[in-house]
Amino acid sequence: MAPRSSIAFLLAFAAALCSLQLCEVSDDLVQTQSEPEPFTEPNQVPVDGTLEKPGEVPPIASYSDPIEESHDDKQWQATEEEAIAKPEPDEEIAPLSNFKDDFKEELVIRPLHSGDIYASFQFRTLWDTDFLQGKRVSHYHLFPKSLGQVISKFSVRELHISFTQGYWRTMQWGQPYLPSPPGAELWVWFQDTVTDVDGAWKELTNVLSGIFCASLNFIDSTNTVHPSASFKPLGLGNDTDPRFLRYAMLPREIVCTENLTPWKKLLPCGTKAGLAVLMKSEKLFHSSFHSEAVHIRPVCQDVDCKAPSWELRQTLNVVFDVHTSGQGKKEWSLFKMFSRTLTEACPLASSSKVYVDVTDNPQGELFELLPASPLLSQAVVLGDRRTYSVYDLTNKDTFGSTRSLNLLVRWKADSGEMVRPLLHSERYVAGFGLQTGEIHTLIYNYHPYRAFPVLLLETVPWYLRLYIHTLTVTSKGKENKPSYIHYQPSKDRLRPHLLEMMVQLPPNSVTEVTVQFERALLKWTEYTPDPNHGFYVGSSVISALVPSMVAMDTNNSQEQPLFSSFFPCKEESSFFVRIYTEPLLVNLPTPDFSMPYNVICLTCTVVAVGYGSFYNLLTRTFQVEEPSPGLAKRLANVIRRWRGVPAL
Amino acid sequence: MGLLSDPNRRRALTNLLTRLNTPICLVCYVAGLAWFMGLAFEPFTLRTYMSENAMGSTMVEERFPAGERALATGREFAAHKRKAGGMPVDWLVKTMQARGLEVYTQQFSRTLPFPDENKERYMVKGTNVYGILRAPRASRTEALVLTASCSEGSGNHQAVGLLLGLAQYFRNQVYWAKDIIFLVNEYDLIGMQAWLEGYHHTNITGMDYTPLQGRGGSIQAALSLELNSDVITSLDLVLEGLNGQLPNLDLANLFYAFCQKIDILCTIQGKLQRSDWDTPSGYTHAAQTMMLMVMKQASGRSWGDHGLFLRYHIEAATIKGINSFRQYKTDATTIGRLLEGMFRKLNNLLERLHQSYFFYLMPSLHHFVSIGYYMPAFGLLAVILLLKALDLWVQLGTPPPGTEDGVAGVEPASSPSVLSILTPLVISHMTGAALYTLPIRSQEMAVEHFPVSETEAVVLTAIAIYTAGLALPHNTHKFLVGEGTDKGWKVLKLVALLYLAVLLGCTALINFSLGFILAVTLVPIAAFVTPHRPKVISTTIMVLLSPGFTLLYCVFIYQELQESPVSLGEGWMLYLSVISQGILDHSLYGSLVYPLLALFVYPCWLLFWNILFWK
Repeated sequence: MAPRSSIAFLLAFAAALCSLQLCEVSDDLVQTQSEPEPFTEPNQVPVDGTLEKPGEVPPIASYSDPIEESHDDKQWQATEEEAIAKPEPDEEIAPLSNFKDDFKEELVIRPLHSGDIYASFQFRTLWDTDFLQGKRVSHYHLFPKSLGQVISKFSVRELHISFTQGYWRTMQWGQPYLPSPPGAELWVWFQDTVTDVDGAWKELTNVLSGIFCASLNFIDSTNTVHPSASFKPLGLGNDTDPRFLRYAMLPREIVCTENLTPWKKLLPCGTKAGLAVLMKSEKLFHSSFHSEAVHIRPVCQDVDCKAPSWELRQTLNVVFDVHTSGQGKKEWSLFKMFSRTLTEACPLASSSKVYVDVTDNPQGELFELLPASPLLSQAVVLGDRRTYSVYDLTNKDTFGSTRSLNLLVRWKADSGEMVRPLLHSERYVAGFGLQTGEIHTLIYNYHPYRAFPVLLLETVPWYLRLYIHTLTVTSKGKENKPSYIHYQPSKDRLRPHLLEMMVQLPPNSVTEVTVQFERALLKWTEYTPDPNHGFYVGSSVISALVPSMVAMDTNNSQEQPLFSSFFPCKEESSFFVRIYTEPLLVNLPTPDFSMPYNVICLTCTVVAVGYGSFYNLLTRTFQVEEPSPGLAKRLANVIRRWRGVPAL
Repeated sequence: MGLLSDPNRRRALTNLLTRLNTPICLVCYVAGLAWFMGLAFEPFTLRTYMSENAMGSTMVEERFPAGERALATGREFAAHKRKAGGMPVDWLVKTMQARGLEVYTQQFSRTLPFPDENKERYMVKGTNVYGILRAPRASRTEALVLTASCSEGSGNHQAVGLLLGLAQYFRNQVYWAKDIIFLVNEYDLIGMQAWLEGYHHTNITGMDYTPLQGRGGSIQAALSLELNSDVITSLDLVLEGLNGQLPNLDLANLFYAFCQKIDILCTIQGKLQRSDWDTPSGYTHAAQTMMLMVMKQASGRSWGDHGLFLRYHIEAATIKGINSFRQYKTDATTIGRLLEGMFRKLNNLLERLHQSYFFYLMPSLHHFVSIGYYMPAFGLLAVILLLKALDLWVQLGTPPPGTEDGVAGVEPASSPSVLSILTPLVISHMTGAALYTLPIRSQEMAVEHFPVSETEAVVLTAIAIYTAGLALPHNTHKFLVGEGTDKGWKVLKLVALLYLAVLLGCTALINFSLGFILAVTLVPIAAFVTPHRPKVISTTIMVLLSPGFTLLYCVFIYQELQESPVSLGEGWMLYLSVISQGILDHSLYGSLVYPLLALFVYPCWLLFWNILFWK
């Protein structure tokens, strides 16, 4: 009973502390903080000296993997940070000095060319502490305790989890800010001190399953892989040994409100204040695409990078359909999208902003944005220079006289043709019948003159037996030899196929990767309850450094000074993109599990018995056999043979 | 099985079977036919019922309002089609895009092996246009398909209009869980074949097509719409697909259920369902409907655009609007509501349609005969072959009574050489192979030397080879050295009987109707042919029951059942066109009836022909 009571005491203490020091915060915050924690035993996993050498900057090109992933990371971070670290008058101070943490929230709204609206929420909690320093971290402030405990207990270095309902339509919507595959995706980097990675992974998935109310407990060895190159750590740390990486995807996971609620509870303000008030489930799920994610990683505290700090980034991406809910009128407002308006920033947030992408609408000819914002900011996002109208919620003037911000977008003209994304992919199963098939993955490079390499990762369940000798990669009608192939064959009922390869995409081309497979016959208990629905094969993942649009722009020299534009700027020349193909639904040979099935089995048995007798009759000749001699006689015969005397 | 192991009882049984062989065979034959005809009698059949839970219990509402607008769109489509002189691709693309679909096109071209005179096609070049309605929050794993064909002559404009109207209406609904693909295919089946092959990235028939850009995952079900007349009084459901494949019975049930619900006259084989099964006319009606289904299924062709889907394990049916000059008219809104309801229920499916039957016959839309009921009819016919084979086996096994005491010549004469059996086998199969390959290959030569068109050349060559095959016995005799023994023909007949039994059995498993029709005509001659029958009569009977003549009878019976009887001359022309269509179906869509008849059934019949002329 002792540890329990001590925890209760601690909890009470923390709650008291919070309420004492943040008296203006509403009660729900206290509730969030004092939520019953999932672990009843105190975490005891000792972590000894795991921290990266503080002097070391995130590693750059120190390892020799094929795509120079480290470079990607840097790019990825760079663009991310550019997207986030807008020029902003940041006069807000962190609420507490002894808790060195910081919370920022942000909503990006992007009117898409298809007429749909893309809303992306980003919440970032940054905490200058170290979960892995040996001493237990028991006082939590903005950082959710449930996740903090998970990190320290399982020695997690990085954790990325996403729940997505729907498929991101790259050709209509462009690239998302944070890509995610349909269903659930989880990838975790463990500290290199973890000895039993598989055990930790199994336990971690079960814990996360409880935290997010998802079926992550269905992650087992048959759908877990450790990719060698596709998933590199995004945060601090230079260890890229794939033994400490676990990656799993559940393409069948249905995402709904029960996953959203625990996700919302991780926010410091819950849904009571700030941007999160917009998160009404019935609206968020009345959309074309819904994706929520949690990313945890260690980042540098400051420029010197002497100590790590932990970043928790929660993102929510939604695409609203103008057709189905607009009743034909092309007009959008926060209220229409979320049935709420914004009235205040989260009091705990150091920054709270709404961005509206107005790049395609410099003179307001495409749509009208109300209320207009005086603040504009520019950023290079995904290789494209974008302009945003910025609404700072910490500023009282933003809300105007009505004391609420209801952004309104009124379309004036039909949106024009959108720029095709440079990288696009498609995947399908070819062939018919239930014996064999062929998986086709098409990767489109729409860049007019530049070739670039992509890393393709395919994870195929064991019950599709890949014929790896039939693997072909063709571009423009010619064979395209991958420069790097990593293939791990499956083991029946134990692990899936893992196929990773790096392919150079010629400019303006379609690259087709095909591999044939055979459909295995499952044991009859291995079928799902709905075997005729089919079996899912998770999305393949394509990671690439895509040449940026900005670098592609040939007439950008007119605005900029001439001296700046001769050599393409390194930072902007390419950007990291990860895209996911659609999952596949494959039918396996299935018995019909019904009465006729039993009848067939029975009939076959009868026929087999009947056939056996008939076969005997037709092929054998019957004759009377002499009874075999007794033991004594046989013995006597042996002896007689010995003596050379004829047998009896 | 102890019965057979005991030598005495076994002898008694075989004695019984050999002694009563002919009467048993006759009884079986009559019983088989009677059983088959009894299938149309309503008390012997089952009422249809919805097996699929996801489609049965969930009620959906039909609210499609825009039938008139759909008709207007159809007229607009017709105008654009006239202007473009073919498929108005640009207009369709624009219209579909305006309705919020992702639109893609596919070009295809195909040169037929010889001109199709029915549809006046030879070098076909067309475009398919399809738009995908993406379901919200779905991950592109499942799709439903609605198709309407656009061929040059026939006016399927209403169907295209309705398809576009439904697309617009469906786009604004929120409940879709599966992507819906709206396809307008040019050159009906050829376009459909190109699209399906493109979608599944296969090429089985040598079609040229451009690859598809957009897909919606695995297709769960498809409906094809044919509304050829302006006034529609009833809707007909077409189920028969390529090679006699049928969609799951639940699809028919779904159609019937919605017709009942929305109060539309619905038919199958163009025949309404009647309730007076106990009157002779009621029974005849049901029998006619069933016979029509059997004929259509046996033909192995696709009787609507849906037929090609079945190969890919996609349940599909064609809904055909019919103007039967009744008072009652069905407007486009009602048909739209019917389709809406069907699609909503298909959308609710959690699994592929698999609960109900895949093998069935329908004497009316609300009654069906399942495989368990109709197979005995075929079994009774097939057992005749086995009984005869058993009889022959026993005869071959026991030495002839006349030579029982005479020692000389029993053994050497009893085993006919392998050659004497093999020669007729090989020669008849080579004739079959010639029948399969030569008509198309020799069409140019035939056109050069005779005043006929290519199509006629192909058909007439086929008939010529078929007839030439009848002259074979005189030729095979030259190869045989020690022929002429009684055992020789008996062994050959035994082989032929077993061959035919296996052949028909396999055919009936895949396509019951074809197997049954062939069995009805081939089993009597197979059972009773011997070299000792009176030559003239038996020759006539053999020829009249040969596969070629069976086809001719089928043409006449089909016309009779359709209530459009034809004269002998017309029938003959129809017969020729049916042969050409069969060959075309094989090379265009991979129908297997023509190769089956040419490569297996005809050679098998030739074996019996050989036996008749055994000397």
